[in-house]
Amino acid sequence: MWRVFLCILGRDITLAMRRRTDVLTTLFFFVIVVSLFPLGVGTEKQILRILGPGVVWVAALLASMLALERLFAADYEDGTLEQMLMTPQPLALLVLAKVTAHWLLTGLPLVAIAPLVGMQYHLDDTAVVTMVLALLVGTPILSLLGAIGAALTLGLRGGGILLSLLILPLYIPVLVYGAGAVTVSAIDFADTQPYFSLMGAFLLLALIFSPLAAAAALRISME
Amino acid sequence: MLEVADLECRRGDRTLFSGLSFAVEAGTLLHVRGRNGSGKTTLLRALCGLLTPETGAVTWNGEDIRRLADDYHRDMLYFGHLNGIKHDLSGIENLRVAATLDGDRPDEKDLWTALEQMGLEGFEDLPTKVLSQGQKKRVALARLLLSRAPLWILDEPFTALDADAVDLLQMLIARHVAEDGMVILTTHQEVPLTSGQIRRLHLGP
Repeated sequence: MWRVFLCILGRDITLAMRRRTDVLTTLFFFVIVVSLFPLGVGTEKQILRILGPGVVWVAALLASMLALERLFAADYEDGTLEQMLMTPQPLALLVLAKVTAHWLLTGLPLVAIAPLVGMQYHLDDTAVVTMVLALLVGTPILSLLGAIGAALTLGLRGGGILLSLLILPLYIPVLVYGAGAVTVSAIDFADTQPYFSLMGAFLLLALIFSPLAAAAALRISME
Repeated sequence: MLEVADLECRRGDRTLFSGLSFAVEAGTLLHVRGRNGSGKTTLLRALCGLLTPETGAVTWNGEDIRRLADDYHRDMLYFGHLNGIKHDLSGIENLRVAATLDGDRPDEKDLWTALEQMGLEGFEDLPTKVLSQGQKKRVALARLLLSRAPLWILDEPFTALDADAVDLLQMLIARHVAEDGMVILTTHQEVPLTSGQIRRLHLGP
């Protein structure tokens, strides 16, 4: 089972490495959206510090949304998805492998670059550390939930917009707790614990249920 | 043995076929024919379990394929209109992924031999996007050489292939049937068999 998981994971990462623009677009989109706010709002330290966590999170949501559309679409077009549906492997496992690859390629780079873009918002060290940790727990949830939407809208015309409408509302809890953790860390780092516990719980739930839901959705979309 | 009982499939409001019943035993080639739009591909997709038929059942060795799910997929190989290969991966990489997904532990040497047998010597390492349509199809068909599935479902496997490749594929199909395999295919071409029986199914008027 591991072998199949690693095979798909490796395949998707190799494919992305041969077509790097897709990965870089997401990353640059994130950087640009985050950088636009200080330019529009002005350089008032106090305001930026309040805005910072929310803006970084919203940008992360949108950036991860941007790449979601391609999650299954490419495999759908060339028939490899059809083949995956007819292998003796559990489809949910294959979906999980694809989502993991998606997160490594689009989520993880965001987490890595967040401290840099956070500098524009005059966040202090504790806030930056909290933000990185929150993104590390939160971005996999975005990829996992997004996979359900991507599977449901597969093959539809204008699926991209529909995908956003379906999935963005589901991202609200992650946004609230993710940005909340950063805000609270300004008072006391210890206070962030419930936020992380809740996000961890979300992550576990999503890890278990979303591959199953996405697999079921894929079967429906392929009919 | 694959059995189909009283199958009915629809596309939108149009009934493509109904009351379709047949069985495919070991050592049989089922040749599905019919005009364009008569439902050949739909029938094959229903036999694969990709599509839920309106009524009727498809059973594999006496059990419904919906219930068997992954166990049925282990015994079956489907080759559709889309090649199912990644254009950014090389022939070898494509074949390796396909074999791993089929639950095999492919030996590197077997992969190279399979592609060589498909007449792709020298092209194994190239990304498949630089290959011609026919060569891409050959890469995809190399799966047949590695497969251990008794049931092959092939949808128009001969399109885009040159005379050599057509001969090769006919030989593979004949060999598979001779080894007590089952083949269901749609094509406008005749497939000569060395042993086993051919059955024909005509869809539409």
